Amino acid sequence: MGLSKKHKGLLLDPLADKNPITVQVLGICSALAITAQLKPSIIMAISVMFVLAMGNVVISLLRNVIPSKIRIIVQLVVVAALVIVVDQVLKAYAYELSKTLSVFVGLIITNCIIMGRFEAFALANKPWPSFLDAIGNSAGYGLLLIVVAFFRELLGSGSILGYKVFGDAIEKTGLYSIGYENNGFMMLAPMALIVVGIIIWIQRSKNPALIED
Amino acid sequence: MGLKQNLHNLKEKYKGTKMAPAFNALHTFLYLPNDTTHNGTHIKAADDLKRTMNTVILALIPCLIFGMFNAGYQHYLATGEIHAVSAGFFSPEFWSLDNLLLGAMKILPLVVVSYAVGLGVEFIFAIVKGHEVEEGYLVSGMLIPLIVPVDTPLWMLAIAVIFGVVIGKEVFGGTGMNILNPALTVRAFLFFSYSTWMTGDKVWVTGAVERAKEIAGGAKLDAISGETILGGLAQGKELTYSVMDQFLGFIPGSVGETSTLLILLAGLFLIFTKIGSWRIMLSAVLGSLAMGYIFNMIAPSMDGTKFYALMNLEFWQHLLVGGLAFGIVFMATDPVTAAQTNKGKWIYGFLIGFMSVMIRVFNPAFPEGVMLAILLMNVFAPTIDHYVIQGNVKKRLKRLKVKTA
Repeated sequence: MGLSKKHKGLLLDPLADKNPITVQVLGICSALAITAQLKPSIIMAISVMFVLAMGNVVISLLRNVIPSKIRIIVQLVVVAALVIVVDQVLKAYAYELSKTLSVFVGLIITNCIIMGRFEAFALANKPWPSFLDAIGNSAGYGLLLIVVAFFRELLGSGSILGYKVFGDAIEKTGLYSIGYENNGFMMLAPMALIVVGIIIWIQRSKNPALIED
Repeated sequence: MGLKQNLHNLKEKYKGTKMAPAFNALHTFLYLPNDTTHNGTHIKAADDLKRTMNTVILALIPCLIFGMFNAGYQHYLATGEIHAVSAGFFSPEFWSLDNLLLGAMKILPLVVVSYAVGLGVEFIFAIVKGHEVEEGYLVSGMLIPLIVPVDTPLWMLAIAVIFGVVIGKEVFGGTGMNILNPALTVRAFLFFSYSTWMTGDKVWVTGAVERAKEIAGGAKLDAISGETILGGLAQGKELTYSVMDQFLGFIPGSVGETSTLLILLAGLFLIFTKIGSWRIMLSAVLGSLAMGYIFNMIAPSMDGTKFYALMNLEFWQHLLVGGLAFGIVFMATDPVTAAQTNKGKWIYGFLIGFMSVMIRVFNPAFPEGVMLAILLMNVFAPTIDHYVIQGNVKKRLKRLKVKTA
């Protein structure tokens, strides 16, 4: 890829050292709400990536014509339009999933990462870097969503993407026949917060530079 | 000498290495070390942290032994092999070797797993973080088996202990830094993770789950029903145990929580040895009585609703059933997680009692509220202390102004 070093940084930094969830602690609400299963998390990650990438490019193109007094409203209009597109597409092609995600698709509008990137990056940069920044940040967000959802679905429902890894909990086959049981706590939002917390803990003990005083 | 000398030699050998804290902890747990601190000012007192912890464990031992007898008694009573107690506290039906053997077989593994896993985590953290092993787990390790149902699977307990010690304590920096009571964190984890093992009518009497499986498999046996009093009341059933049985503890429940008499004695012992705070215990009792009394007053107007049975329970009886008494004496008084100021302790204790009874009555699905009430107040304890201290500062500033004016 012919990316300059700066552009590569825009793309890759948000995956780890500038991760929107674990380092900037943004977008926590949706990370807690929809990570009980892996599938909705993946859909959510893709939706956010779409909205953020398109939005960042649009805002970046408009950056010189938006009056700064009303910029928040303009940003909201852009996000809202994109979210409606995502919502309609999901309803048309993945109705069941859109029902699982329910209000959280609409709530992408309020996802702090999106407004955060518009404000912090797209308003001051050209479209191409803005696009890369959006992809990087939404990938960092999605990565964490998927990691959290992986553990929550595995330990909470004993499955991955709906495939029963440990056997059938009701028929008592596989691991369940020797007394294993799913962890109901994993299905509750507090446990998602604890899982995110543990990831933050591991990340910061690997990279002490991230620890704030 | 023997063992002591060997431990001392081991400690010397590993001094300065990563494993040093582990050997040091073993040595000082069993013996008083030969060497003393050489520099700096230090106060020598008999009641160090290990002594404090051991006193609480002493107070817990009667509850543990009673719990063993009770586990056997409840089982044999439910299977119809023995009759209910007839002669008060010293009934031969209760204090039989059979009861003890069955109970010990069920409960000792819980104790062993709790200590082995918990101390294992403590040792690992001490070695990785390079500090001495802290004493905090000595009491938690004994409390945990006493607040779970007797049939709790050991692997669940092990996972819960790891969670409780790591998330409840170590992430905050270890003993003395924790916000939540680690033993209750363990119980809360079990409660939310594996609620079928923590509530209902199958878990409080040992063997009930297996019996239910046998019946489902076609065996012609009577089901063992072992509901706690609170569980039964929440479903609107009549109370079948006498008040005396409830006070002495011949009722189903978590391992060590049933005997209010022994808990009361342990509470007095902790107050007498100045380990437990009498302010917290007294105010928590008052709080639960107050809430119970309020419910008694409004119970007639709630006739016919699902809250009625628990609301109508005599207000003082809340102290006899469930884990309220155990929670007040052993959990609420945890010196780390409780409020630190004297006025704060009154508020903290009162709210624990008050909320425990409230949660009991309003949440029929999970009829025991003590755990949640104490954890909630653990979180609020620093806030309470803050306002008590600020109040005091303000009062003194006012006095100062009057003088200078």
